[in-house]
Amino acid sequence: MTTSQDAAPATAATATTRNRTAATLDRLRDEGRAALVGYLPLGYPDVAGSVAAARTLVENGVDVIELGLPYSDPVMDGPTIQHAVDRALAQGTRVRDVFAAVEQIAATGAPTLVMTYWNPVLRYGVDVFARDLAQAGGAGLITPDLIPDEGADWIAASTAHDLDRVFLVAPSSTPERLAMTAAACEGFVYAASTMGVTGERTSVGAQAEHLVSSTRAAGAERVCVGLGVSRPEQAADIARYADGVIVGSAFVRALDGGLSELAGVAAGLAEGVRR
Amino acid sequence: MPDAAPGRPETDRTAATGPLAQHEGPYFGEFGGRFVPEALVAALDQLEDAFAKAKADPDFGAELSRLHRTYTGRPSPLTEVPRFAAQCGPGLRVFLKREDLNHTGSHKINNVLGQALLVKRMGKTRVIAETGAGQHGVATATAAALLGLECTVYMGAVDAERQSLNVARMRLLGAEVIPVEIGTRTLKDAINEALRDWVAHVDSTHYLLGTATGPHPFPSMVRDLHSIIGEEARAQLAAEIGRLPDAAVACVGGGSNAIGLFNAFLDEPSVRLYGFEAGGAGISSGKHAARFSGGFPGVLQGTKSYLLQDEDGQTLPSHSVSAGLDYPSVGPEHAWLHDTGRAEYLPVTDDEAMEAFRILCHTEGIIPAIESSHALAGAIKLGEQAASWRDDGQAPVILVNLSGRGDKDVATAAAWFGLVEDKPVVDADEGEQL
Repeated sequence: MTTSQDAAPATAATATTRNRTAATLDRLRDEGRAALVGYLPLGYPDVAGSVAAARTLVENGVDVIELGLPYSDPVMDGPTIQHAVDRALAQGTRVRDVFAAVEQIAATGAPTLVMTYWNPVLRYGVDVFARDLAQAGGAGLITPDLIPDEGADWIAASTAHDLDRVFLVAPSSTPERLAMTAAACEGFVYAASTMGVTGERTSVGAQAEHLVSSTRAAGAERVCVGLGVSRPEQAADIARYADGVIVGSAFVRALDGGLSELAGVAAGLAEGVRR
Repeated sequence: MPDAAPGRPETDRTAATGPLAQHEGPYFGEFGGRFVPEALVAALDQLEDAFAKAKADPDFGAELSRLHRTYTGRPSPLTEVPRFAAQCGPGLRVFLKREDLNHTGSHKINNVLGQALLVKRMGKTRVIAETGAGQHGVATATAAALLGLECTVYMGAVDAERQSLNVARMRLLGAEVIPVEIGTRTLKDAINEALRDWVAHVDSTHYLLGTATGPHPFPSMVRDLHSIIGEEARAQLAAEIGRLPDAAVACVGGGSNAIGLFNAFLDEPSVRLYGFEAGGAGISSGKHAARFSGGFPGVLQGTKSYLLQDEDGQTLPSHSVSAGLDYPSVGPEHAWLHDTGRAEYLPVTDDEAMEAFRILCHTEGIIPAIESSHALAGAIKLGEQAASWRDDGQAPVILVNLSGRGDKDVATAAAWFGLVEDKPVVDADEGEQL
């Protein structure tokens, strides 16, 4: 843990300027609306392009950015994101590229989280990754294949470097696990709207609303809903009961049509959460 | 599990103090665990609970034993192979545990029947499975037909094309076979796709994982279901020679046949345990599946173990002439046995495995699976040092798990040895992955 001691002064210095997820969600709640959280993978269409795309999201009403770290085996992702991260990896996107990208995106003022499967962090070094992410102005991590039960190292590192840790809950989670996960999260709890992987769906079921209320009852202060959200009316519906609406695949698909198409989709969803 | 505190304390990760053979997980030293989406935790808890109850229920044991006796064809024979042993070293005795003679042609059926019975007990109606060579897919399709379960098998598109006969076998048995077109389009990607299916259909569906890896409770459950291999072999050897073997040898892909053999001997320090990994074209070539020689600890597909990965933690593709060993990670119990020194893991190249394949065919009239040929090649390597194992004048004894038969490998072997007219010898890297 010498690295965390070395980094302690820098962490303290950046903590006040870093854009925190909870503060943003609370401010928007005071304004009477839910946040729009936008996912895009780093390195798609290339590293610079993914940064430009994330900034486009922020310019068009996205409140929080979730930057995906490309990984060879994304088991929680559907075909749209699988193909995007495949391409990002094929053209040489590296783990270390994430820190500069985060710094450029966080400069917009939007809290910038990194969504990552666990092995790249493990290989980089959990504490060193946390240190470098904090120094880049990142808000924290969303970890789709790390449950709190396995998260001792990450909980210690994120505490040391004052980072958010967003774990997931699912419709299958027991009340005991909802409580345990809610207690382990910092920033918000990510509620998977459905049993499945990422991808656009025509409807987000009633179980999402039920899961959000169960998660709140289990002690969560902030709950955002993701998986399957692609349309403004879905965003408006979820915004009634959640603190944030998370959109991924719909943005990735829009990005294939260029930044202007992405801007249009983002603006539509941003209008949805403001209804 | 549900009452575990966030960031489970380190106490769960300490090494076992009881018999090694009864170590239950979720951790094997620093390895194992459950690196899965939260959505799967409830199903894993349900599976853990169902298996614990089944193990304690005499009816479950009786039903599995009945199926093994009347359907699998157990106990599988133990065959001494003196003409093969003579090729390994002077004064050596070699015995083969004949899992190749099981119904469906390999050890895979042991695990599949046990899990399929569990599926019925859990009230689920559908099973999904991954397959590389097609052996586990065929075994799963077989058990699904036997027990009236719906069955979907995911298979990398590359493997499905090269293994069209096994695809047809699975379809004849009533299974749906889905070729996976993403990633490297091999076994690893088939597992990813099976996990995605499982997350979406976990209420009705059981993921019938085919090897001793993945999230807890799979590694210990699959080991338990295969431990009959070592138990039978130990008793058969006792009847035959009145003592334990000096070494027990198996090939290691995910590691299910090896752990099934090893388990009966883990607490017998006199028995040397050797696992042979796919060395492919050689470790220095980078084209291999030797996780212990060329990998580092990491997380893949639910478990922490040794893993072929690059400096960014991205999974590296594995290479082997044998599709059943062609996987970038390995069961977490093997990682633990490796680190504690209880078992030794060594690579065997494609060339060495195919030479052992040829020798067994010619000396004993047994066509082995290319996977199992890695274990045979291991026995040949050990032959040189085996002479020093005993100081009582008795012949050293090597027990080899012949985990599967080579019918499925005839085309590959024929091409390898140039036995088919107008067909070039298959290059190791581009070779057909069966």
